[in-house]
Amino acid sequence: MSTQTSGGINFKKVNDIIDSCGAKKSNLIAILQKVQDEFKYLPQDAITYIGTKIDGLSPATVYGVATFYAQFSLEPKGKYEIKCCDGTACHVRGSMPVYTYLMQRFNLKEGKYTSDDGMFSVETVSCLGACGLAPVVVINGKVYPQMTSDAIKIIIDTIVAQENEG
Amino acid sequence: MTNTLFINGKECEYTNEPNLLEVIRNNGFSVPTFCYRPDLTQYGACRMCVVEIEGRGIQSSCTMPPEPGLKIHTNTEKTRRIRKIVLELLLANHDRECTTCDKSGKCELQKYAQEYGINDIRFAKKKPQDYLPIDNSNPSIVRDPNKCILCGACVRACAEFQGHSVLGFANRGSKTVVQPMAGRALGSVDCVFCGQCQAVCPTGALTIKTDIDRVWDLINDKNKKTAVQMAPSVRVALGEEFGLKPGENVIGKFNAALRQLGFDLVFDTNFSADLTIMEEATEFIERLTKGENLPLFTSCCPAWVRYLETQHPDLLNHLSSCKSPQGMLSPVIKAVVPKYFEDYTEENLYVVSIMPCTAKKAEAVRGQLYSNGRAQTDVVLTTQEIARMLKSAGINLATITPEANDSPFGQYTGAATIFGASGGVAEAAVRTAYEFVTHESLENIDFKPLRGVDKAHRAKEAEIDIKGTKVKVRVVSTLKEAEKSIRELKEGKADFQLLEVMACPGGCVNGGGQPRSCDNSQIKEERAQGLYKEDSELPFRKSHTNPDIIKLYEEFLEKPNSHKAHELLHTTYSDMFKNSYRDLV
Repeated sequence: MSTQTSGGINFKKVNDIIDSCGAKKSNLIAILQKVQDEFKYLPQDAITYIGTKIDGLSPATVYGVATFYAQFSLEPKGKYEIKCCDGTACHVRGSMPVYTYLMQRFNLKEGKYTSDDGMFSVETVSCLGACGLAPVVVINGKVYPQMTSDAIKIIIDTIVAQENEG
Repeated sequence: MTNTLFINGKECEYTNEPNLLEVIRNNGFSVPTFCYRPDLTQYGACRMCVVEIEGRGIQSSCTMPPEPGLKIHTNTEKTRRIRKIVLELLLANHDRECTTCDKSGKCELQKYAQEYGINDIRFAKKKPQDYLPIDNSNPSIVRDPNKCILCGACVRACAEFQGHSVLGFANRGSKTVVQPMAGRALGSVDCVFCGQCQAVCPTGALTIKTDIDRVWDLINDKNKKTAVQMAPSVRVALGEEFGLKPGENVIGKFNAALRQLGFDLVFDTNFSADLTIMEEATEFIERLTKGENLPLFTSCCPAWVRYLETQHPDLLNHLSSCKSPQGMLSPVIKAVVPKYFEDYTEENLYVVSIMPCTAKKAEAVRGQLYSNGRAQTDVVLTTQEIARMLKSAGINLATITPEANDSPFGQYTGAATIFGASGGVAEAAVRTAYEFVTHESLENIDFKPLRGVDKAHRAKEAEIDIKGTKVKVRVVSTLKEAEKSIRELKEGKADFQLLEVMACPGGCVNGGGQPRSCDNSQIKEERAQGLYKEDSELPFRKSHTNPDIIKLYEEFLEKPNSHKAHELLHTTYSDMFKNSYRDLV
């Protein structure tokens, strides 16, 4: 069996994930989630591979599923994944200024959610279930409560400083 | 069992209709639809087929099963209002440049907008900068996403007919589009060019790539000679464009019309269908005798050939090396005609073929079918395109006086004419193969089990005893069905020796280039009947008895599978599997 890579993708890994979940149409979401965990995003080659390998699916169909759900990303995520909650509570307590600050700081726009240096990616999520702490930002799993655009600036500055030292 | 329900106050009977819409239509009432296609699964996307049911309110009739006693109203103020709003919203972000649209006059959106009197759209028109680019990269099909209404008919056709899903939905909500994987060009993915997606498309979002202007240029160029050939199934469908019944054979009128249009020589692809049988039957017998590369796959359908090349290159050795009838006749015309007619040379002779098929356009530009830097078949037109040319030239096919086609390829047999229907190629091949082997006359030449098509496109089989050797023939239409036979073969379970595959449901009579008929499940059967009727009436019904074929071999090709025959009539295939991880799949 070949473990050829194309565009940096190790197909053997994708293949192992498909085997471990079961090569069935109904397991597609689970497969995509695990592939995303592995690569931090869904590479096009992986989508093509999954669509070719599993009966009843095609690359176009898998791509459709991957673009339908907000949980899947088709571009590489940054080293720091910033989730900016925009659920109702966070929204009314001012999540948008935080989000707007992040987008401007990393020079992002709609359709481009990862900074050019690959360090930061920003996305909105619809509720983290921590409404008492609104507005909430989560960076690589760590929760930052009651954010403002000034507070998030300090947090990002700290991360950037750490990165520059290390 | 018969039940009754009420439609617009009238008591109506129904039996096994799958949904209310069919009941309504079968009882002579009409309800508009975009996404509903009787041969595809119900989708319930467009909401045009809404009806009002007493006690149940508004329901989409395409997704609701019939129940006894329902009181249905198809045309109430409420349903009309809903349909009008649906139309208005669809038109709001639609490219409404109707006059320059290929589907103009045949577009269902245009038709219903006109019928429902949509003369003002309240919503702002889409800005030019918001238009998505038109995808022209496919040799057969043009995709214009700005005219897509997201009815999903093409997505279902690709998945349910060809099992292939080259087209899919992407994104969500207002950003939803129908496109190939990751928005790639339709020319760069594994599309087989069958054109069923554009055949079911209600608008101009998917259309046939037209070559009409190239044909006018050939006809108008005084230094060029033009020969035209037309496929079996065109003759039983073209009449529909001129108000004739499906299945009515218009070949004589078509010959006359093509001459009036300005073609110098009018030939019939039926002739080379006979030629195909001569070669393919010989090839089949050879493989049977040697016991190698069985089952033999027919190679007439370019979508099937492309499917094997891109998906199953390991099975290309099963594919007959015979070119398709189109592919055979063009080089034969260019080689033989100059011997019979003065002023004709291989260089100044151009061959136009008229096909029911969009994939033939792609076949014609295959590298293997080029000689001296020129495609052997210079231009391929579909039935729809030739109908448009005839109309623009003011030729009414319905009233023209029939004429015969030209020598030296004037005659054809019944075996050739049934090529247009699923099962025809196999039937024709068996008629000839039997006699080639036994040298006895085959009495009962109607292979009824190979004819017809059911809704599920199930495989058809027949067994024939050739002097003690039992030969099993299998016929499938749609690539989804073909894939099942391929599985059997790969698992070592295939018990058939000849496999005929046509990618379009029901064969070429229902090809992607035929007059639009996607709302009529019966039409492919009616067209096929037209072909079987012609078969039963022709003086010669076995390919090897065609006097012109016999003459061509005597004077030019020597014998089937000879060196000369191989040069002109046979071809090669190539592995086009694209992905680098093939050994993992």
